[in-house]
Amino acid sequence: MSDSFQTQTSAASTAVEDAPLVSVRGLEVAFRTQGGTVNAVRGVDFDIFPGETVAIVGESGSGKSTTATALINLLPGNGTIAAGSIMVDGKDITRFSQRQMAAIRGGVIGYVPQDPMSNLNPVWSVGFQVEEAVRANGLATHRKDVKARAIEVLKQAGLGDAERRMQQFPHQFSGGMRQRVLIGIGLAADPKLLIADEPTSALDVTVQKTILDHLETLTREKNTAVLFITHDLGLAAERASKLIVMHRGRIVEAGASVDILTNPQHPYTQTLIAAAPSLASRRIRGMAAPGAPVLDVAALAAEHNPDHERELQEAPVTIDVKDLTKVFAIRRGSFRSEPLTAVDKISFQVRKGSTLALVGESGSGKTTAARMVLGLEPPTDGDIFVGGVNLNGLSSRGLFDLRRRMQPVFQDPYSSLDPQRSIGAAIAEPMKVHGIGDREARSARVRELLDQVSLPQSIAERYPNELSGGQRQRVAIARALALKPEVVVLDEAVSALDVLVQAQVLQLLADLQDELGLTYLFITHDLAVVRVVADEVAVMEAGRIVETGTSDQIFENAQQPYTQRLLDAIPGSGIDWGN
Amino acid sequence: MTRYILRRLLQAIPVFLGTTFLIYFMVFAMPGDPVLAMFGDKTPNPTQLENLRAQYNLDQPFIVQYLLYLKGVFTGDLGETFSGQEVSEVLRRTFPVTLKLVLMAVVIEFLLSVVIGLVSGLREGKFVDNLNVVVALVLTSIPAFVAMFLAQYFIGIKLGWAPVTVGANATWGAMFLPALVIALTVYVTGMRLMRGSVIEARNEDYVRTAYAKGLTSRRIIPVHVARNSLIPVVTNTAASFGALIAGTTITEGIFNIPGVGNTLYQAIIRGETPTVVSFVTILTIVYVVVNILVDLLYAVLDPRIRYV
Repeated sequence: MSDSFQTQTSAASTAVEDAPLVSVRGLEVAFRTQGGTVNAVRGVDFDIFPGETVAIVGESGSGKSTTATALINLLPGNGTIAAGSIMVDGKDITRFSQRQMAAIRGGVIGYVPQDPMSNLNPVWSVGFQVEEAVRANGLATHRKDVKARAIEVLKQAGLGDAERRMQQFPHQFSGGMRQRVLIGIGLAADPKLLIADEPTSALDVTVQKTILDHLETLTREKNTAVLFITHDLGLAAERASKLIVMHRGRIVEAGASVDILTNPQHPYTQTLIAAAPSLASRRIRGMAAPGAPVLDVAALAAEHNPDHERELQEAPVTIDVKDLTKVFAIRRGSFRSEPLTAVDKISFQVRKGSTLALVGESGSGKTTAARMVLGLEPPTDGDIFVGGVNLNGLSSRGLFDLRRRMQPVFQDPYSSLDPQRSIGAAIAEPMKVHGIGDREARSARVRELLDQVSLPQSIAERYPNELSGGQRQRVAIARALALKPEVVVLDEAVSALDVLVQAQVLQLLADLQDELGLTYLFITHDLAVVRVVADEVAVMEAGRIVETGTSDQIFENAQQPYTQRLLDAIPGSGIDWGN
Repeated sequence: MTRYILRRLLQAIPVFLGTTFLIYFMVFAMPGDPVLAMFGDKTPNPTQLENLRAQYNLDQPFIVQYLLYLKGVFTGDLGETFSGQEVSEVLRRTFPVTLKLVLMAVVIEFLLSVVIGLVSGLREGKFVDNLNVVVALVLTSIPAFVAMFLAQYFIGIKLGWAPVTVGANATWGAMFLPALVIALTVYVTGMRLMRGSVIEARNEDYVRTAYAKGLTSRRIIPVHVARNSLIPVVTNTAASFGALIAGTTITEGIFNIPGVGNTLYQAIIRGETPTVVSFVTILTIVYVVVNILVDLLYAVLDPRIRYV
């Protein structure tokens, strides 16, 4: 594998410059765990040339982030570089002392971390933390110069009122602004290489686009090489000229981005590209023939089926929301409070057996709306009818009964299952609460449900920590289906999953919908996913629904500028995909 | 902020009334006649007894006694001890002694917690860390009074490095040994807090980012690791200050220190209601005030916390 890669990089390199800035050969990283040594990176070779943008793409556990942290020698305590070399400017940094390494970090290799929330120290002001970077890299020594330089760094990173912002603390910044600070710190000393480890995966798409555009401008101006680490193929292809695809600690394919996307060679890359939901995909339906290949989202997308669409148009309305409003009181001081309208007079309908996607960025009110439909949050005004029953004025007994017909699946499969309970107990709990069946009947139903979500029955005896994220989300779906509900509210139910797993879960949801005639209310920020699951789409902005329509109408002919902005911001939206 | 402090002080009023009432009631309900006890083995004549009872309001019903006491507190009159001294005068004499002792103990406790906790946390799982964990386990397992007798015997008597008892002359130097022993018996909580926070902080993303900026350990450990870890330790130490002020009875008894704890002990033995209640009231107020200060300290140490 590495041989073919060498030839590819050297072919590309002649176009840029002759000597590579970073040259990684035979890199192996091992982690000591209680169960022995685990090799997270196994023999990785690649080069990065000055001014070039390279992206390492892979799923969680592929070793992409480990490779990046090895480049600046910041592996977690139990990780070590077991073999191989990392040449930076002709010197092997794997042999460097801590002191030598400190000199490289910041000045030669800058680093922008993934999570803007946890990467700034909460007890120091933002200015302090930028000044620290300025001083560490010897950019200025006098107090006044340091401060001036720090303000400059923040301004360059796109923070308008940097002078005032300097004294503020990280918690007073939004996620996007914190990420700008981190990018500023990463670029403060004009490094030759900037490592950006999933720099925007915690941010809204429109913010992500602005920040990545800005980063691109900065690095192009200064001819900084960039190494992107990302799970998002679209983003990688859009931002990098060269792609490295990693799988289980190895590079499976590398080369020019366009070549890989349009003509992937390795089977893994092919599945990855096929599974990536994109704007070109269509609505997937339940599979007619079980046993068909599972992962190809594009192939699974049903052909335009006018009959099916008409059927849905005529189906009875299951969820009917009218002028739903939620006003929160935000505390300002001890006695005063300000009203905040989280959801502002929204109305929508979901027909039986169909899927409505409620799309919006963080703060748009989509989750609050979902919580009100689930009866977890009382509305300030407006009505919600589920199967003809008005949630308003429902007694707690009535609400309890209603919950049999409506179940949620939440975003985080790690925190939505009680670690103390076995999978079987977790799935059986709703039946127990609602007094359905005896022990025997319930465990039979658990086995049936596990079959439905394609998990082995033996899993019932196991505990959540033994399961992968995808398996857990299947368990959460099985639990939601335990009471045979008509409606399932899916709140970002696939957002935390890797792309391949995501494709499988989406397929499962489509199958179950066909089989059981389920009605889905699908809450998500990810428009690309919407394309493959939704019949109808409602776009929310600042508490209001700004546009509704069928999936095709929204994706092919969006009327509102906000919807258009959202669509444009999807990474990879402008790329002609291999599928 | 001002509003917050005001609210906390208002909350202290029911605490004050509740404690004084409870203490007053408990001392009242104690068996034995305090007036009789004043005479020891001698048999007093009945008129003398009557006069004394009237003098200390002991002939009144309980609730009247309590209200009279409260009236005294609000007019600055804490009453008299049975030996005729003003309670406020006794407090003025003994309180500084205890304050000195506890202050010294708390400073030593804080230094031990931070230094040992930091070293242990940075060397997690290494020899120094394991040794420290064992030593800490031994020290917390020894009851305070045993540790004090041991210190008194070996350091005071055998080695002669420190005075065996303190007595009337309660200087800083004379009280160093008792303060050190107190600190050794309580530092473990703070040390474990520090150690745990340091281990956690070392793996924080912002520490990795600080390294990525090009900073060295010499700066990162004090500025990003230790500074963040101090928050729980400082507040724990401050809270233990309140607890120690109220809990020096045993130490003061063993080392014969003329402080609050010692005096309180004597007063309880003699059933001197005004003295006991006044002392406990003062200690309660100190405890409440220290706790308010601890909460305010949180906001100083952690900018994310703001009181409104």
